[in-house]
Amino acid sequence: MQFMLLFSRQGKLRLQKWYVPLSDKEKKKITRELVQTVLARKPKMCSFLEWRDLKIVYKRYASLYFCCAIEDQDNELITLEIIHRYVELLDKYFGSVCELDIIFNFEKAYFILDEFLLGGEAQETSKKNVLKAIEQADLLQEVRALATA
Amino acid sequence: MPAVSKGDGMRGLAVFISDIRNCKSKEAEIKRINKELANIRSKFKGDKALDGYSKKKYVCKLLFIFLLGHDIDFGHMEAVNLLSSNKYTEKQIGYLFISVLVNSNSELIRLINNAIKNDLSSRNPTFMCLALHCIANVGSREMAEAFAGEIPRILVAGDTMDSVKQSAALCLLRLYKTSPDLVLMGEWTSRVVHLLNDQHMGVVTAAISLITCLSQKNPDEFKTCVSLAVSRLSRIVSSASTDLQDYTYYFVPAPWLSCKLLRLLQCYPPPEDGAVKGRLVECLETILNKAQEPPKSKKVQHSNAKNAILFEAISLIIHYDSEPNLLVRACNQLGQFLQHRETNLRYLALESMCTLASSEFSHEAVKTHIETVINALKTERDVSVRQRAADLLYAMCDRSNAKQIVAEMLSYLETADYSIREEMVLKVAILAEKYAVDYSWYVDTILNLIRIAGDYVSEEVWYRVIQIVINRDDVQGYAAKTVFEALQAPACHENMVKVGGYILGEFGNLIAGDPRSSPLVQFNLLHSKFHLCSVPTRALLLSAYIKFINLFPETKSTIQEVLRSDSQIRNSDVELQQRAVEYLKLSSIASTDVLATVLEEMPPFPERESSILAKLKKKKGPGAVSVNELEEGKREGGELNGGGERGGDSSSTPSPSADLLGLRAGPPVTAAAPSAGSLLVDVFSEAGVNDDVPFLAVPACLFVCKNNGVLFENQLLQIGIKSEYRQNLGRMYLFYGNKTSVQFVTFTTTLNVQAKPVEPLIEGGAQVQQVINIECLTDFSDAPLLNIKFRYGGALQNLTLKLPVTINKFFQPTEMASHDFFQRWKQLSLPQQEAQKIFKANHAMDTEVLKAKLLGLGMALLENVDPNPENFVCAGVIQTKAQQVGSLLRLEPNAQAQMYRLTVRSSKDTVSKRLCELLAEQF
Repeated sequence: MQFMLLFSRQGKLRLQKWYVPLSDKEKKKITRELVQTVLARKPKMCSFLEWRDLKIVYKRYASLYFCCAIEDQDNELITLEIIHRYVELLDKYFGSVCELDIIFNFEKAYFILDEFLLGGEAQETSKKNVLKAIEQADLLQEVRALATA
Repeated sequence: MPAVSKGDGMRGLAVFISDIRNCKSKEAEIKRINKELANIRSKFKGDKALDGYSKKKYVCKLLFIFLLGHDIDFGHMEAVNLLSSNKYTEKQIGYLFISVLVNSNSELIRLINNAIKNDLSSRNPTFMCLALHCIANVGSREMAEAFAGEIPRILVAGDTMDSVKQSAALCLLRLYKTSPDLVLMGEWTSRVVHLLNDQHMGVVTAAISLITCLSQKNPDEFKTCVSLAVSRLSRIVSSASTDLQDYTYYFVPAPWLSCKLLRLLQCYPPPEDGAVKGRLVECLETILNKAQEPPKSKKVQHSNAKNAILFEAISLIIHYDSEPNLLVRACNQLGQFLQHRETNLRYLALESMCTLASSEFSHEAVKTHIETVINALKTERDVSVRQRAADLLYAMCDRSNAKQIVAEMLSYLETADYSIREEMVLKVAILAEKYAVDYSWYVDTILNLIRIAGDYVSEEVWYRVIQIVINRDDVQGYAAKTVFEALQAPACHENMVKVGGYILGEFGNLIAGDPRSSPLVQFNLLHSKFHLCSVPTRALLLSAYIKFINLFPETKSTIQEVLRSDSQIRNSDVELQQRAVEYLKLSSIASTDVLATVLEEMPPFPERESSILAKLKKKKGPGAVSVNELEEGKREGGELNGGGERGGDSSSTPSPSADLLGLRAGPPVTAAAPSAGSLLVDVFSEAGVNDDVPFLAVPACLFVCKNNGVLFENQLLQIGIKSEYRQNLGRMYLFYGNKTSVQFVTFTTTLNVQAKPVEPLIEGGAQVQQVINIECLTDFSDAPLLNIKFRYGGALQNLTLKLPVTINKFFQPTEMASHDFFQRWKQLSLPQQEAQKIFKANHAMDTEVLKAKLLGLGMALLENVDPNPENFVCAGVIQTKAQQVGSLLRLEPNAQAQMYRLTVRSSKDTVSKRLCELLAEQF
């Protein structure tokens, strides 16, 4: 996977994760173009499209679009399920997640993503294991907080 | 599970985010942000030392501001400080900031790397993972330099926690992608491959991505992964949906891992081991069988995961392209998907079938779905799906269905989305040309194309139709008639006028017998379009008019009248004015004979790769058009535009007539007609010379270390070479391959040394062989020259090539011990006996490659002679008729500087010098 973008129906970027080195300018350009392209599509359309030399896989959950760019030989359907698994992880962690959770706890959204995907590849697909890692980190923070109190 | 707004929840951050969200305008937002930035800046600069929590909070705010799309130029130092905090969340925010806002500030990179180093050696798995995530997210070269050596160790160490292994594997993958030269698996290779057997599914899932990437680059080193992958896959495929616990996703066992395993196998050819292959085929059959079973869940996630595996399996089947049974089953499965209610599946089925269409085993099976695909092209509501359908029709097209497919594509073009019209036009043009059996169909198709989508018809397309009409005399009359009719439409596209002008100018005489299309009617029809056209088209029409004067003397006065009118002869456009003046003069001065010579019919165009195909490839990017297709295009295209009878006519001299369009890739003929008759031939003689054929001459230096290969290749001719040498004698076989479908005549080669004559005639597509016997009389430095002349389609071709005969071909290797070598080395100590060169490496400094090249040179490569094992020494004797020249060689690579020092000593100074020159180009 080359990058993943989360953006709202209004086109506001909520999360961006780049797995290939690009300049800030290029990232902004890509984001602008893709958000526009995806938002222009109608609900019943297919979840895949060709874009430059990449394949775009996207899906809308409530007010939020999840959009991944993958390479030619990558599998579209499994990418669609990567998106879904990430949504499930967020949902489990925040408890019926909504866009606001991601806005106010954006750092957590990044941490969860890092546990699930690394370098653009699935690192751990078990929901339990990912959440365990995050929980452990949260726990660690509380223990430390107690210890220093 | 901790409640939301977790842990220590930074209240200040939440307030700030709310403020931003409440901003009514962009200006208000920017104002609020600037206020916050000023605040943070003063806090960071303030005298009071900030506690960890505040630092974390401010860094997090900066990060938020950056993610909103604003620039951040401070705070990096504070973030780096957080890295060494012993509080997990502070460290975590520090790493996140660094990952998102990496700065190549060298001072900082050093500090960051230090912090990472500490965390990696902390043996605290949570900290180690954080550090690895950071490396994977940044993936810079500096980080690769610092950690590429350390991470493989962590990855394979027995006591590393599973979660750390997972991060390490993908971290390494990212570093390998950015700096492959720094990630050396070497001794770790086998242990990394064996991670495929790891008990922990998560470890396998992560490691396999790394292994796949490494296998693509070094398939041989990693090939043991094939059997491991097959057995892992087989275990997953045959497991019950509950066996894999949390790795089962909506009743599908380990879908991500399955896809990755199937993907890894696509890096390799089918397994050679029968048992492994059998097991794999079984897996693939099981996957295909499962697709027919009723779903275990109605959820789309279930069917997506299941079908993801199925599509990956089909990709593997297509990749192997060797199991007809599986290919046909795959095709049938995709056929079902073509009518599935899920748009996604229809899209993917169309896409996947495109590749199936190119396999000889499944091409026919794909073709049976033609009606469904045509229907998709007509009825799909999503343009990206229609695009796939068009691609598939293009891929499944062959002689049997070309007419139907081209007709459907043409009718689709009338309503097609603007975004894909140009590509569709190119596809129709290519198919029409490739599968044309009768040329009237071809001409009809292209003219229809111009009628329907004229704006999208690029120059290549209408150039091509003209080339083909010129080269095929059986279609010229039809083309003239059809284009004449097309021009009668009240509104016709300018591209139609161009084609019409050119074709009537050349072949209007073929329909002039019919009073409905008499010369004057033709002229008036063309001229009625003149004033609506752009300058280039008008220029073309003026050329057509002068050709009319030659074809139909009765139109002369009418046309002269037109040329003489102020709007022509005083046209403000220089080009038009010049043409009008010159054509007018030409028509009034030149005798009929001169006129007939100057304005003679165009000679056939030389055959070359269809420029339309080249354009489509360019549009679609490299790799979009398969090699398969290209070759076919060339083969079948040959029949079409080779112009068999005409092109083969060796007696016809290059016709010195004007190329009205400049189709020969030379500059368009602008100063078309000078007024003095005697000058004409000179001006136009250029048209017969074939200087536009791009060619690829292989530099002779490539053959210093090898004896066989392709010496020369262009659009027409390929010359292969095979040679052998013994003592001072050599024999060289030259293979002249005619790549066209037209014969080459009066084919001669001359060598400045003696050669057996070659067959004077090479049939289209055929190859002839020439043998050259070589004897080395004395040492030499200039290679013999080979001159090749032949006629192709009337045009004389002339080539001069250097034969790759070099002095080193006459080497006899000499084995000797270290002692002997140094003794001889000392004996050859006269300054002129030694030649030395120090030069930069042009290729990777790979020991094996170097060895192979030195062996190819013909000398003996002596092991254990040089005290420095990095160096190479060689010894050999050059055999010439006059004498034997002993030679010694030493090559000292310096990997750090990417330089070589080459020293050659031999008993003859010219030989040392020549060998040194030859070799310096090789490394």
